[in-house]
Amino acid sequence: MGYNCVVLVKQVPDTKRISGKVMNDDGTVNRSALPAIFNPEDLNAIETALQIKDKFTGRLVVISMGPPSAAAILRESLFRGADETILISDPGCAASDTLATSYILSCAVKKLDYDIVLCGRQAIDGDTAQVGPQLAEKLGITQISYVEELTELVGRTITVRRNIGNGWQQVKASLPVLLTVTSDANEPRVAAAKKMMKYKNALTPIEAEQKIKSENPQANSSEVKKLVERKCGELKEKGLLIKHWNLNDISADMTWCGQSGSPTKVHRIQSVVLAAKQSKEIQPTDEGIADMIHELIEDKTIA
Amino acid sequence: MSNFYRDNDDIQFLLKHIDLHKITEICVESFKYAGKFDYAPASSDEAIQNYNMVLDSLGQLAGDFIAPRAENVDRDGNILNEDGSVTRPKGLQESLEKLAQAEVMGFTLPYRFGGLNFPNLVYSMAIEIISRADAALMNIFGLQGIAETINAFASEEIKQMYLPDFAAGKVTGAMVLTEPDAGSDLQSVKVSGHDMEEERPATVYQDAQGNWFIRGVKRFITNGCGEILLVLARSEPEISDGRGLSLFLVERGPWVKVRRLEEKLGIHGSPTCELFFNDAPAKLIGERQRGLITYVMSLMNGARIGIAAQSLGIAEAAFRVARDYAASRKQFGVVIEKLPAVRDMLIDMKLAIEAGRALLYEASRVVDMEIGYAKWLETNPPEDKDLAKQLKSQSRQYKRYASMLTPMSKYYCSEMCNKVAYDSIQVLGGSGYMRDYACERHARDARITTIYEGTSQLQVVAAVRGVCSGTSENLLTELAQQKFDPELSDLLEKLAEGTEQLKKAIVFIKENGSEYMDLYGRPLVDMAIDLINGYLLCSQASANVMQVSAENGTKIPMKEHKTATARRFITKNAPRIKASAETICTGDKSTFQQYEVLVGPVPEPG
Repeated sequence: MGYNCVVLVKQVPDTKRISGKVMNDDGTVNRSALPAIFNPEDLNAIETALQIKDKFTGRLVVISMGPPSAAAILRESLFRGADETILISDPGCAASDTLATSYILSCAVKKLDYDIVLCGRQAIDGDTAQVGPQLAEKLGITQISYVEELTELVGRTITVRRNIGNGWQQVKASLPVLLTVTSDANEPRVAAAKKMMKYKNALTPIEAEQKIKSENPQANSSEVKKLVERKCGELKEKGLLIKHWNLNDISADMTWCGQSGSPTKVHRIQSVVLAAKQSKEIQPTDEGIADMIHELIEDKTIA
Repeated sequence: MSNFYRDNDDIQFLLKHIDLHKITEICVESFKYAGKFDYAPASSDEAIQNYNMVLDSLGQLAGDFIAPRAENVDRDGNILNEDGSVTRPKGLQESLEKLAQAEVMGFTLPYRFGGLNFPNLVYSMAIEIISRADAALMNIFGLQGIAETINAFASEEIKQMYLPDFAAGKVTGAMVLTEPDAGSDLQSVKVSGHDMEEERPATVYQDAQGNWFIRGVKRFITNGCGEILLVLARSEPEISDGRGLSLFLVERGPWVKVRRLEEKLGIHGSPTCELFFNDAPAKLIGERQRGLITYVMSLMNGARIGIAAQSLGIAEAAFRVARDYAASRKQFGVVIEKLPAVRDMLIDMKLAIEAGRALLYEASRVVDMEIGYAKWLETNPPEDKDLAKQLKSQSRQYKRYASMLTPMSKYYCSEMCNKVAYDSIQVLGGSGYMRDYACERHARDARITTIYEGTSQLQVVAAVRGVCSGTSENLLTELAQQKFDPELSDLLEKLAEGTEQLKKAIVFIKENGSEYMDLYGRPLVDMAIDLINGYLLCSQASANVMQVSAENGTKIPMKEHKTATARRFITKNAPRIKASAETICTGDKSTFQQYEVLVGPVPEPG
């Protein structure tokens, strides 16, 4: 018996490779200075889904909400074994906080047939870990966060081990279920050779249009439209079309999307530059360690 | 996070420098499969993009997944179970699963069997990348020649039955050649001889229905616990030489028992098995009697290229340990790389690796051209007679180059990696001798490379024929006719002088007969290799294709690095070439005449 999995993924700035001027003068992130990568724990979520697919068969759909350039990580998903990919891209999505994002994603997931929804534990740019749990609430399904091992999947019952900070907990749940997966769950596979050779040519309709325009700079808009339609038809036939859904396609209520759907207000952004280098010697005695812990709690470095 | 392709400027440079368009066009038969298989490329640009993407993915797997497991694979080794099955080290098993998922176990196989149909040149790059991460894993990843041999010589039925599983990474193979009394000399693979039935070398026989069965022992079989075994056995008892041997396919089953696992110096992850075939059902590959003389020779040539690539990977890994250590270890108030003796070792290690890579990639390129032309002439012979004649002559030329460059690469790279691994320990000193650093493992893993798939001495025998028969002179002439940067003219003069010395040495050797040729084969082959490498490095130094990383995150043109490399390599080797020529022309035959006088008697036992 197969299981249909939907994995939600995000393209993020590579915060591990910070170099040069990554903060703008106004305190916002200068995205062009950071390479865009696949959010690392989303790859763990995909790996878990692929292991389910390898063992039990079933369909794996990968969805990403983001700018048109997020198509890159959907291709990456195809390289690893996704059956279908969908890009949710719409100007109305801009400035969405986690609440609006989870609403938009829930509209998309509701259109699909799923048994298990998987997300990475959190994205490295926002570090909120909120979207997965919020999405489960909006879908009205069970959620298990911080999954570090898929222990068993029998019939409609899933058993997983989740990290609870100071230990772990084994949880059994009925499908459908939403899991958020940590980096301890597995080591993601690399892109597969034949899938790369095939799917490197996969495009979203937006990319197809850009390609047609650059190849036919003389064409007028109706000619371009025709060419794009033909190109998308060809891509679809070969299984190389990455679906594009806008907010209309997923019947989203605009008031819940973007800025209007986002109650989170950023109060202040501070660019913290750690300039000073100081070292302090701690005596290797119980007293020395207790003093250090006390000091760290005092200045709220640890809670 | 490390990627063994992206962090290797030289491999990336060579992928750009070598004319891959030509190789690709001939390898994929002018892209005629583009519509038939959804992943087959439609142009050489697309094919080259594929090579890059696949090497990148493999480089990530090697750096992030395989390399971190190598130390434990080395320590754990393989375990022989009571039922004759073998349990692989956990890390190696995990790496094999990842390689299968990465769809890289049918690197050169045709699309129709699920292979990538990549050129051998790219496969050499891949083997190097994997071997740098774990040399022992190469003995499975780099054994794809077994599937390639089935593809080249077996019946369509056998191909259909086994090749898709190879490409999917569901099965691994072994080449089952060696017997207790037949190592380098495979012609002496036995028909029978020992009294103890269980000790008899493997023999093959047919039942009344014409089915083949194998019974007896084979020894030192790399990955003998694999699922598909290609077994060399004597099918014609009345013919005692190589023409009496045929090649058979045996599937793993209760009829094959691993009796023993060897305890070895290195490559602990690779199981070396003694096998007992208990009336194992066997399938004949191709035709009888061609087992050794055609099929195993072809398999061996591929395997030699593979070992050369494995050697490069080990050398690269060993060099990096030393380079890293020398830049941070302080003695006498300075980092040790400031000391001339240490610095010299590191430069020579790096130079030797780049020279070895130049030679191996040239050999792989020539093998691709040879195979490509042969396939072209076989499947689509041109109607134009002149063109057909021209193609045939080119194909023959590539074949001659391949049969000389293949043993040269195996010889040069394997000897080089032993030297590099030895010096890597030397740079680390006492620490290098301890298990705390990987260089002692690299040195142990390196040691087998000059031995298996034909010892260095046998590679020299194979290469020296080509050197003396005019092939080396043809190749050197061809290489010298390339377009070079004028800046290199003094180096080219040195190479031309060296070529003259080589020619004189060849004349002298030929005058002294074939025994003398074997005696002085090594210095002669060394000369030829140094000259070929000299030209290859000059050609690389004449290309202006990319920037490479230098100190403190800066970039310099690769041309600058390659020019310095070529200059030092040729300048340092010119006296060696001269000395080799002089050694050869001494006419000293004491090896034949005074052996007992020089070595003394055989030591008494006890």
